[in-house]
Amino acid sequence: MDGSTASPIVRTTCPYCGVGCGVLAQNDGDRVVIAGDPAHPANFGRLCSKGAALGETLALEGRLLYPEIRGQRVDWSTALDTVADGFAQTVRDHGPDAVAFYVSGQLLTEDYYVANKLIKGFLGTANIDTNSRLCMASSVAGHRRAFGADVVPGTYEDLENADLIVLVGSNLAWCHPVLFQRIVAARRQRPDLKLVVIDPRRTSTAEEADLHLALRPGSDAALFNGLLSYLAQTGKRDERFVTRHTAGAGPALAAAAAGGSLTEIAAACDLAAHPVETFFRLFAARERTVTVYSQGINQSSSGTDKVNAIINCHLLTGRIGRPGMGPFSVTGQPNAMGGREVGALANQLAAHMDFTPADRDRVGRFWRAPAIARQPGLKAVDLFQAVGSGRIKALWIMATNPVVSLPDSDTVRAALRACPLVVVSEGANTSETARFATVRLPALLWSERDGTVTNSERRVSRQRPFRSVPGEAKADWWILSQVATRLGFGEQFAYGSSADIFREHAALSAFENDGGRAFNIGALAMLNDDDYDRLEPVHWPFRPGDARPVERLFGDGQFSAPDRAATLVPVTPRMPVNHVDPAFPWILNTGRVRDQWHTMTRTAIPRLMVHMPEPTVSVHPTDAAGAGLIDGELAHLDSRWGDVLLRVQFSTAQRRGEVFAPMHWSWPLAGRSAVNRAVNPAVDPLSGQPELKHTPVRLTRFPAAWHGVVLARDPVALGDFDYTAVVPGESHWRYEIADRMPLVEAWNRLGVVFDAQGWSRAELRDAAGQRYRALWSGGEHNRACLFLGERADLPPRDVVAELFLADEARPLLAGGRGVANAGEGPIICVCHGVAQSRIAAAIRNGAATAEAIGAATRAGTNCGSCLPELRRLIATTSKVTA
Amino acid sequence: MSPASAHQRRIVIVGNGMAGASLAVMLAREPALDVTVIGAEPHAAYNRIRLSAVLAGDSTVGEIGLERSAATVIAGDAVTGIDRERRVVRTETGRQVAYDTLVLATGSTPITLSIPGGDLPGVFTFRDLADVERIAGTVGEGRPAVVIGGGLLGLEAAEGLRRRGMRVTVVHLMPTLMERQLDAAAGAVLKGELEGRGLEFCLSAQTDSFIGSDRVAAVRLKDGRELPADLVVVAIGVRPNIGLARDMGLACGRGILVDDALRSSDEAIYAVGECIEHQGRCYGLFAPAQEQVAACARQIKGDVAALYGGSVEATSLKVSGVALYSAGRQSAREGDDEIVLSHARDGVYRKLVTCGDRLVGAVLLGDASDGAWYGELIATGASIHAMRKDLIFGRQFAEAQPLAA
Repeated sequence: MDGSTASPIVRTTCPYCGVGCGVLAQNDGDRVVIAGDPAHPANFGRLCSKGAALGETLALEGRLLYPEIRGQRVDWSTALDTVADGFAQTVRDHGPDAVAFYVSGQLLTEDYYVANKLIKGFLGTANIDTNSRLCMASSVAGHRRAFGADVVPGTYEDLENADLIVLVGSNLAWCHPVLFQRIVAARRQRPDLKLVVIDPRRTSTAEEADLHLALRPGSDAALFNGLLSYLAQTGKRDERFVTRHTAGAGPALAAAAAGGSLTEIAAACDLAAHPVETFFRLFAARERTVTVYSQGINQSSSGTDKVNAIINCHLLTGRIGRPGMGPFSVTGQPNAMGGREVGALANQLAAHMDFTPADRDRVGRFWRAPAIARQPGLKAVDLFQAVGSGRIKALWIMATNPVVSLPDSDTVRAALRACPLVVVSEGANTSETARFATVRLPALLWSERDGTVTNSERRVSRQRPFRSVPGEAKADWWILSQVATRLGFGEQFAYGSSADIFREHAALSAFENDGGRAFNIGALAMLNDDDYDRLEPVHWPFRPGDARPVERLFGDGQFSAPDRAATLVPVTPRMPVNHVDPAFPWILNTGRVRDQWHTMTRTAIPRLMVHMPEPTVSVHPTDAAGAGLIDGELAHLDSRWGDVLLRVQFSTAQRRGEVFAPMHWSWPLAGRSAVNRAVNPAVDPLSGQPELKHTPVRLTRFPAAWHGVVLARDPVALGDFDYTAVVPGESHWRYEIADRMPLVEAWNRLGVVFDAQGWSRAELRDAAGQRYRALWSGGEHNRACLFLGERADLPPRDVVAELFLADEARPLLAGGRGVANAGEGPIICVCHGVAQSRIAAAIRNGAATAEAIGAATRAGTNCGSCLPELRRLIATTSKVTA
Repeated sequence: MSPASAHQRRIVIVGNGMAGASLAVMLAREPALDVTVIGAEPHAAYNRIRLSAVLAGDSTVGEIGLERSAATVIAGDAVTGIDRERRVVRTETGRQVAYDTLVLATGSTPITLSIPGGDLPGVFTFRDLADVERIAGTVGEGRPAVVIGGGLLGLEAAEGLRRRGMRVTVVHLMPTLMERQLDAAAGAVLKGELEGRGLEFCLSAQTDSFIGSDRVAAVRLKDGRELPADLVVVAIGVRPNIGLARDMGLACGRGILVDDALRSSDEAIYAVGECIEHQGRCYGLFAPAQEQVAACARQIKGDVAALYGGSVEATSLKVSGVALYSAGRQSAREGDDEIVLSHARDGVYRKLVTCGDRLVGAVLLGDASDGAWYGELIATGASIHAMRKDLIFGRQFAEAQPLAA
């Protein structure tokens, strides 16, 4: 860089998962250069594939840049008046509980704080819930039952200091890759650090484990109850700790004992006894044990019980709050933790305070709030049901896409359609939820926003802006404060900056806090603006007067309950609410894939689409054969709640009778593949978290008359087909389509779309061979091309994309036949763009380790997310040659 | 003329065109045969296919001569009668040539228009060297010419005239150029290509009359249009030359009827080339004649198994720069399938007609490089099953290894 265009390096924090990695960002002309922050304690310079691609996600295409009312651009003043009047009118006519906010773990803490304050203190209702409800509400509920407060006791360093790491319901390698890489690095240094993975699927994470227990979905509580009994029976109970610092051990053990013998427990989990005993032994033998759990535990109708079943094992053995041990909930979102701290959940008031008269009074006084909410509001699923039934008439959605992410999502769509006032604050205009908005408000996104987030280890880090604000976008806190001002509360919302809000938030955490509330960052309440700008990553609690923050909690046995004791909660395992039956004989599990984030409004960029370009359903080949499903064809997946179309992917990583589908896809990329349409809305009775990972479904082969692929230089409206998946690629857009209509009809319809552009057309028609192909060119360049026919006859996508962009004609229509070096296979390493064929070649040339492949091809040498796949390729490739 | 020695079989070939001449080449190598060729044209045998090159000025007359045979050649003397009982051929000049085996290779005659002005000077056919010489003598740079007939020969003549600097309009009765070889789409591509070079076309146009007092000056169409013309070339097709055969009492249809041994209704008389009708078909092209000649030569030499099963008609347009190839069926019949590849911007059009696992037709325009390969597949009837999907892209693609999965 010559320095003339490059601006200073800005230290900020990644906006994706709950690991909360430090990121160095630098504007360099039109480009943004991204690197991991070597000084950040979450990642020490590492980044995953998504984080490394952040610079490519900042294009303004698809951004919402101006306020809109019913699709018409308006000025801010009109938009804010409309929102304020709408909410005020609704409260006047129907009472405070007729309004609601639905917010997001994507919001910064400052935004979260202002949203929570406005609705709970000034609109007078606790109808505010967050998409974190879908993510870690069961952990919150479990923590509060066990510890008396929502506290993650440990730190990331504990993973490196442990002798055993147990990952439960966590595909850490894909969902929290940097944390996983820390574990992998620690295991390389200290091979005796054992890794046990408990997950129905043989994930990339499981492939790295010393022991993988592919248990029956939903049987986790039975397994950990069994462990609890085993620990007690084998003398691992820490009598002193249990007696002095806990309650409930007796009932918890009694409940656990009902699970029976180890053999019975193994049977309940659909596991052989031997590996279960191996796990129990390992756990018993290793005091430094960390149990990491994530959505596989939380997204369950008994998620809270599962969390407590895990925590019980740590409490019984006293393994908590000391280096290298403890239960460890890892959150999915960059600021799920910040939302929990400000209390922007329907069942909390604020800053770890509740709806008790004392808490309401304290918060009311602090906020000078006229209408403090009296009782908990509606949690996510209930909240949208109340929208649907008309009880809630004004809804403000911020930074989230509930019509895609909530279960039984067609019901959510219907609810929003019926709601008189839907306000959406968003960065992306391509969010499906934004389509339902009455008022759209353009919000700032990462790279523009200024504030703080908290990661899974209670570490508060700064997100700092480094790009200019596009259009008329505004910070969420500013939008909220402006509405508050219009409602007559200008004095209480007179914020000039996010620093002002942070100081107030910190002050509230310490306000009349005698130590009963674990969340206390009072030491940060006096930061001046410069200190705030320079704030280094900092743990909480950080109490006023303390020299430094507290790293780990509860090691001293002092918990957050009034009596300072922890509670072992007796757990009677409950299996998922909806069972398979002859009509719906398979279990659908949902989750993330490696390179995508949530509903893809930011990560649908070329580099991140190559690993998994289409929405899939992974099925065990034996099951698939029985159902007539074919690898690569489309399947119709339906349940009692809805149906979707997905691309079948055979996978022996699935248990028999269980299928997996990513939760990411929706309109506008693949509207018929938004899997939550089919997911059941059952929730945990305590946490309200939906059972997203367990829906009985049926799968049938989708009777497509033909399949097709379209490449176009620019986005194009192809019209309505049964299946469409848009795949953004380098300098082009790809459309995978299929339908039941006759092939010739599709050929004619699609022909019209491109002929209308006035482009010259080249074509191949082979009716008997079911092969229709066309290429449109205009000026010097290819503009679009189309391949229709039998699926197996469609050409390799990477080959035709290359030919298309090279303005080839006949080799393109020939689908790359006769082209040298065609068909490199899928890209495995997205950081360095290394295709499977090159990796296989390196293996055949003698690369026997992932490191050797890295030396030969650079694959796996950046973020490391693909290392498990490299190892799998080593295993399979050598099998072929052996 | 040397008298045949007693042990030699006397073979007389009537017609010194391409079929007759090449048959003579094949037979004259045999010591047991005494071969005589009798031709009406005064020239030595020449390659008629390249007449258009001579017209265009690309070749000279000397350059289109054919291989000379060791046979006795009587040129410039037309055969006027044949005594089948005595097995003797009589010529215009009174020659009598005896034969043991006779081969008729009398070729074809251009069809002319019996319309007013049809005999005006300046109205030509385009069939032989004499035609070319007459046309060449009339060419005037920048002057208008009209070619009647948008078939193979007409287009070649038109392009030849254009190359000589004339402003040429082609009048064609049908809506599609070369409709016997091309489908409508290919015809349109070809028309566009030729228009790009400066030819003009009146399609679906019927000629009413030729206008002129002492020589032709214009062509009047039935729709009333008049096209000025210093010269007119009529190239609307040929008909088999069967006058002689009919006079001899041989069985004739449109052409001289022959069996698969290429024998006429008189077993001492064979016939080859454009004058014959075999299994109901007459051929106007070079390649079928060559196949007939080859079979006939072997028959005469005693190989009774050398049968002629009919030909696939393959055409290449000899207009420099326009690659065109057509073989077999140009359109699907009942039960056939078509594969079409078109790229109008680049002037490329391809159609293959398949029947089951066989290729039965190919039309190539713009890029005819795979013509010979398709022609071979059509002629041999080889199974195309394994490469059917990629066949349209040509040999390089169809025979490429499948992509790695």
